[in-house]
Amino acid sequence: MTKYTDQGKQDTRSGYGAGMTELGRTNPNVVSLCADLIGSLKIDTFIKENPERFFQVGIAEANMMGIAAGLTIGGKIPFASTFANFATGRVYDQIRQSIAYSGKNVKICASHAGLTLGEDGATHQILEDIGMMKMLPGMTVINPCDFNQTKAATIAIAEHHGPVYLRFGRPKVANFTPVDQTFEIGKALMLSEGTDVTIIATGHLVWQSLIAAENLENQGISAEVINIHTIKPLDDEAILKSAKKTGCVVTAEEHNYLGGLGESVSRVLALNHPTPQEYVATQDTFGESGTPDQLMEKYGLNNKAIEEAVLRVLKRK
Amino acid sequence: MPNYEELQQLVTQVRRDILRMVHKVNSGHPGGSLGCTEFFVALYNEIMELKDGFDMDGIGEDVFFLSNGHISPVFYSVLSRRGYFPTDELNTFRLIDSRLQGHPTTHEGLPGVRVASGSLGQGMSVAIGAALAKKLNGDDHLVFSLHGDGELQEGQNWEAIMYAAGNKVDNLISTIDRNGQQIDGATEDVLPLGDVAEKFRVFGWDVLEIDNGNDLEQVINGLNEAKFRTGKGKPVCIVMTTEMGNGVDFMMHTHAWHGKAPSDEQLAIALAQNPETLGDY
Repeated sequence: MTKYTDQGKQDTRSGYGAGMTELGRTNPNVVSLCADLIGSLKIDTFIKENPERFFQVGIAEANMMGIAAGLTIGGKIPFASTFANFATGRVYDQIRQSIAYSGKNVKICASHAGLTLGEDGATHQILEDIGMMKMLPGMTVINPCDFNQTKAATIAIAEHHGPVYLRFGRPKVANFTPVDQTFEIGKALMLSEGTDVTIIATGHLVWQSLIAAENLENQGISAEVINIHTIKPLDDEAILKSAKKTGCVVTAEEHNYLGGLGESVSRVLALNHPTPQEYVATQDTFGESGTPDQLMEKYGLNNKAIEEAVLRVLKRK
Repeated sequence: MPNYEELQQLVTQVRRDILRMVHKVNSGHPGGSLGCTEFFVALYNEIMELKDGFDMDGIGEDVFFLSNGHISPVFYSVLSRRGYFPTDELNTFRLIDSRLQGHPTTHEGLPGVRVASGSLGQGMSVAIGAALAKKLNGDDHLVFSLHGDGELQEGQNWEAIMYAAGNKVDNLISTIDRNGQQIDGATEDVLPLGDVAEKFRVFGWDVLEIDNGNDLEQVINGLNEAKFRTGKGKPVCIVMTTEMGNGVDFMMHTHAWHGKAPSDEQLAIALAQNPETLGDY
C-alpha cells in the first residue's frame, strides 16, 4: 500500500487559522466573524493584520449568522467561526432561513467537532452536525483530515460561491497530506489502492484508516483507502468505482452513524450498486469527558475499530 | 415638499392590492400589512435613495430588510408599484410556481428582496451585516429595516440590538411596528414588551417615536428625522405606533385579522372604504 509520513502532529483548527491568514493577505473581500473564541479558532494573525475586516460578535451565535448573511450583500465573503456545536445546532434556523434558503455566500467554520474536543464533555461534543448541515439544500459540507488539507480547504471555499459548512477539530493529529495542495471541492482522494475492501473515511478517521490498512496488509488483506473530505456534494463516481472493484465497504467518521458520511455512502450504493457496508461511527449516543484517545477507543472510532469492521464486512461479501 | 396627494393615492391603492391579494387565495396577513402601508409607501417613494433596477449587492443605494416577513402583501404591492416587477404579478401571490411566496424570499429571484424572512427575529442581524458591508465599501448609503413588535420576543433581536449599539452601527435605521397585537392577542397580554423605546435607549440606540404611523406626514417627518440622526455614532430606532388593519374599519382595534382573509362580502365593504385611485392590478 501507499505509505504516508506524519510531518508532525498539528491541529486542524490551526490549518483553518493558517488558511485565514493567507486569505487575509490575498482576498480583500474575505471577512471574519467570531463568537468569543478567537484563540480556539486560531485566527489571531488574520485579526492582527486585518482588524477592520474582523467582527467580534460576543457570545451571540444567532446574531453572528445573521450578520454574516448581511455582509454578503455588498460582496463580502464572511467566514463565521465558532465551535461546531454552536455553529450548527444552536443556530440551525438562522442558517436555514438567512443563509441557505437565502442563498448567501457564507462560510460556516466549525472547530472542536466530535468527540475529540475531549474533556469538556458531551455538551460541546457535537456528533450530529454533518447530518444537520447536509440536509440543507444548497449547503456544501467539508470535513478535511489534517492541518495541510484544512488550510487548503479554507482557501478553496473562498472561491466557491454559496454556503459552505467547514468542519474541523481541536486535537493535534498526524499531518500527512501535501503542503500547499490544491483542494477540489467534491473530489474524493484515493490514498491507497487495494482489492479486498474499500475504507471510505473523513476527517480525523482518515489517518486511522491508513494505520488500519497497514495492519490489515500484514494480515494479507488489501484495503483501498479513500479520503472523502467533501461529504456534500459526494463523489459518487469514486465510491462506486471502488465498491465495484472490492465488493465491500467500511465507512469511518467522527459522527453519529445516523446522518453522517456512512448514510450518504449507503444511499449511493443502494441506488446504484448494493454492497455490504459496515459503519465506524458513534452509535446514536452522546459523548462524555475524557482524553481524545480514550474517547475514540471507548466509542469505537480508531484504527482498531476500523480493522474489526473490515473483518466483519469481509464475511458478508 | 412631498406630494402628499399622490402619496395618499398610492397608500389607498396599496391597501386595495393587499385586500385583493389575500382575498384571492384566502390566506395571508392583511392586518399588519394595512397597518404599515404608509410606512412602506413613504420609504420607497420619498425616503430611500434607490437606483434604477435591482441588484443584490445594493452598492450606491439605500437598502431595506423586512424582518416580519408575514406582511409580505404590503411589501409586494409597494415593490411592484415602485417598478421592481409588473403589478400583474400580484395576481400570483401565494400560488404555485410564483415568485411571490407566502413569505418573502430571494429563492425565486423576486427583484427587491434581499433575504428570506418569516421565521421571526432574524432581520435585524442581517441588516447590521449589510450596514457593516456598506461601511467596508465606503458606501455612505443607509440600511433600513422593519420589525414587528411581537417579533421582539425573539431573543436574537436583543443580541442584534446590543451589537449595533456596541459597535456604533450608525448607518442603520430600524423601525418597530408598535401595533400592540400578535397572533394570540395583545402583546402586553401574551408576553409584555413594556416600554420598547426605553429598552432601545438603555441598549444605547438613538430612539425617536412616531405617534401615528398611519399619518403619512408624521411617517415622512419621522423617517427624515431618523436619517438626520444617522452617522452620529449610534444606530437609530423608530418606535412607530400603528393600527393593525388600518383603513378598513372592521379590521381595526383587534388582532383577529393578523392572518385571516376577508370573505367576498367583507372584501366588497373593505374596498368601498378604499376606492380605486391608480388602477387595480
